[in-house]
Amino acid sequence: MRPSPSRLLNILVPVKRAVDYAVKIRVNPQQTGIDTNVKHSMNPFDEIAVEEAVRLRERTDVSSIKLVTIGPPKSSETLRTGLAMGADAGIHVELPESAPAPEPLGVAKALRAVIERQKEPVDVVILGKQAIDDDAGQTGQMLAGLLGWSQATFASKVEIDSAGKEATVLREIDGGSEELKCKLPVIITTDLRLNEPRYASLPNIMKAKKKPIEKLTPSDLGVDLTPILQTLKVTEPPKRVGGGKVENVDELIAKLKEAGITAA
Amino acid sequence: MFTPKNVHPYARKVLTRHLEARRRQLALPRHLTSGPAGASASDYEGMGLDGLTESQVQVRKAISAICRKFPDEYWAQKDIEGTYPNDLHRELANGGWIGICMPEAYGGSNLGISEAAVMLQTIAESGAGIAGAQTIHANVYAMQPVWTFATEEQRFRWLPPIIAGKQRACFAVTEPNTGLDTLRLQTNAVRQGDKYVVNGGKIWISSAQVAQKMVLLARTTPLSALEKPSEGLSLFFADIKEEDGVTPRKGIELRQISKMGGRAVDANQVFFDNFEVSAADRIGEEGKGFKQILHGMNAERCLLAGEALGLGHAALRRATRYASERIVFNRPIGQNQAIQHPLAQSWVDLEAAKLLTYNAARAYDDHVEGKGSAHTDLGARCNAAKYFAAEAAFKACERAVMSI
Ligand SMILES: Cc1cc2nc3c(=O)[nH]c(=O)nc-3n(C[C@H](O)[C@H](O)[C@H](O)COP(=O)(O)OP(=O)(O)OC[C@H]3O[C@@H](n4cnc5c(N)ncnc54)[C@H](O)[C@@H]3O)c2cc1C
Repeated sequence: MRPSPSRLLNILVPVKRAVDYAVKIRVNPQQTGIDTNVKHSMNPFDEIAVEEAVRLRERTDVSSIKLVTIGPPKSSETLRTGLAMGADAGIHVELPESAPAPEPLGVAKALRAVIERQKEPVDVVILGKQAIDDDAGQTGQMLAGLLGWSQATFASKVEIDSAGKEATVLREIDGGSEELKCKLPVIITTDLRLNEPRYASLPNIMKAKKKPIEKLTPSDLGVDLTPILQTLKVTEPPKRVGGGKVENVDELIAKLKEAGITAA
Repeated sequence: MFTPKNVHPYARKVLTRHLEARRRQLALPRHLTSGPAGASASDYEGMGLDGLTESQVQVRKAISAICRKFPDEYWAQKDIEGTYPNDLHRELANGGWIGICMPEAYGGSNLGISEAAVMLQTIAESGAGIAGAQTIHANVYAMQPVWTFATEEQRFRWLPPIIAGKQRACFAVTEPNTGLDTLRLQTNAVRQGDKYVVNGGKIWISSAQVAQKMVLLARTTPLSALEKPSEGLSLFFADIKEEDGVTPRKGIELRQISKMGGRAVDANQVFFDNFEVSAADRIGEEGKGFKQILHGMNAERCLLAGEALGLGHAALRRATRYASERIVFNRPIGQNQAIQHPLAQSWVDLEAAKLLTYNAARAYDDHVEGKGSAHTDLGARCNAAKYFAAEAAFKACERAVMSI
């Protein structure tokens, strides 16, 4: 590693245990939420975040990559998955199995508390842009607001200059991309094209078993994760009706007119 | 996944943009949307994970992530072409999976047959079937007697290249005139100075075309000269290819047998004509080969049971998907009990087979770790698991075909 006058970077990656992307979601009979008794895995965008942290270590001076998850006991499996990908340590803010899922603001407050209690200051936080269960897409932004840090969301490319304490982030926006330069510490949220996460190798899975996981409770952090929003009802989207084939353009136009679609 | 080929360039552009937008809408990263449809499109939840250990569940997750790269179309094509699934072997070697139950000192991960069986089950279950599992099968179980009875020098020489996937192993016991009756094997190895000269033949040797190494059981003492018939055989870890890793060495000929199924993985007739094996490649003492090979047999029984389980679940997954999609008389055929009951029964059989399989695998691992006193019937347990799982899988496949 090249000598650097600056302190090495500490990266924090919050990861969420979410219903696996391949599972067909079903609404529970009480219509209060979805059936969660199905396969879970790490939220795919968080996988991209872990991957980016591990890749940053390959190209800049990174001292530590720590993961944090907030969730039921089984969330520790999600931490192990990230540790097997190359993170160094994990923090599990454990919630009882029966606790309601925390909301973005609660999570952001818990993350702030985690960041503030680190002995080594955190320089970069990489989060997924959203979790594929609730699709809220708010946590990263709220965390940046609470901390008063710079934020670069929907990142498709990340460069960090650890000596200059600066991050250059390419972000996906409607109609193209935008390049941002931010001072560290920074909050980054990942978009689809940032990278393709690696598969954990068996030797790394074995090593991950021995990596430390610190267990905390919301009260250790002085936060209250009780939801402040009330879910009234969850329903399935209306069933899709099948399409039809048309023989020619005229027929297509006729069908469009029938459906009330006309040229503007 | 649908890809816009064979369409007008402009239409392709529009379609591509549309697909891209859809992918965003689904909020799924690219590496996830390009996976096989087979594993995800069905409601079939497959095997219950209850009873598996945390490390078994971890293996299952990691292996299914790798196998998602190999959709059903890949396996269908390999079977039609009869070409070896080298990509899967490479992918598993890169991930360190071949060393799953070899010692850490040589690059392995020191897990047990309990985990290896889950690995092979998961491969078969992904749609890869037995052929997919066979791409690493022998590299896992046949290496058990090899490393267990090898010297330190041999282990350092043999294990790392196998684990890294630079070399592959095949397993050669069966002969045209002696299958189950192993003690009557005829292929002989005669010591001449620092080498053995092998003559005879083997049959049904899987993966010999792609392997550089052969776990070879051959006769070093004639049956007539033996007091104990179990002490005339010796085990070798022989080089069967030239430096290029492809050309068979002098004195060995491989003739591929054409098969009805599992065509992606080659099976071969092997002929030895004054084939030379270095004495440094004999495993353990001369005459102890039979005992050594038995060590690998129980491991293999557990792995085969796992592979069968995976195959059975893959079949049921396809059948249940079809049963819920195929509409006859205005309702899915799966609403008819004549379709439902056989499939449900097969699922029950597979669940029972799972218990036998992972119980046998645990007994094997206990035995290896010296905790075997409670399992004096290890061979029976492993055989029972292999038999029951194979029957359950066969029935599941048959019923799946009947439903479809
Ligand atoms: C696709 C394929 C791949 C293979 N790969 C390998 C490989 O990689 N390496 C390898 O070494 N071998 C391999 N084999 C060989 C396999 O292990 C043998 O086929 C098996 O051991 C049985 O031997 P056999 O075919 O000679 O059966 P036989 O010994 O002829 O037995 C046939 C049947 O006779 C009956 N029978 C025989 N003896 C008895 C008895 N004492 N009591 C009651 N019933 C009896 C049983 O029903 C038995 O199933 C492969 C086989 C196949 C089909």
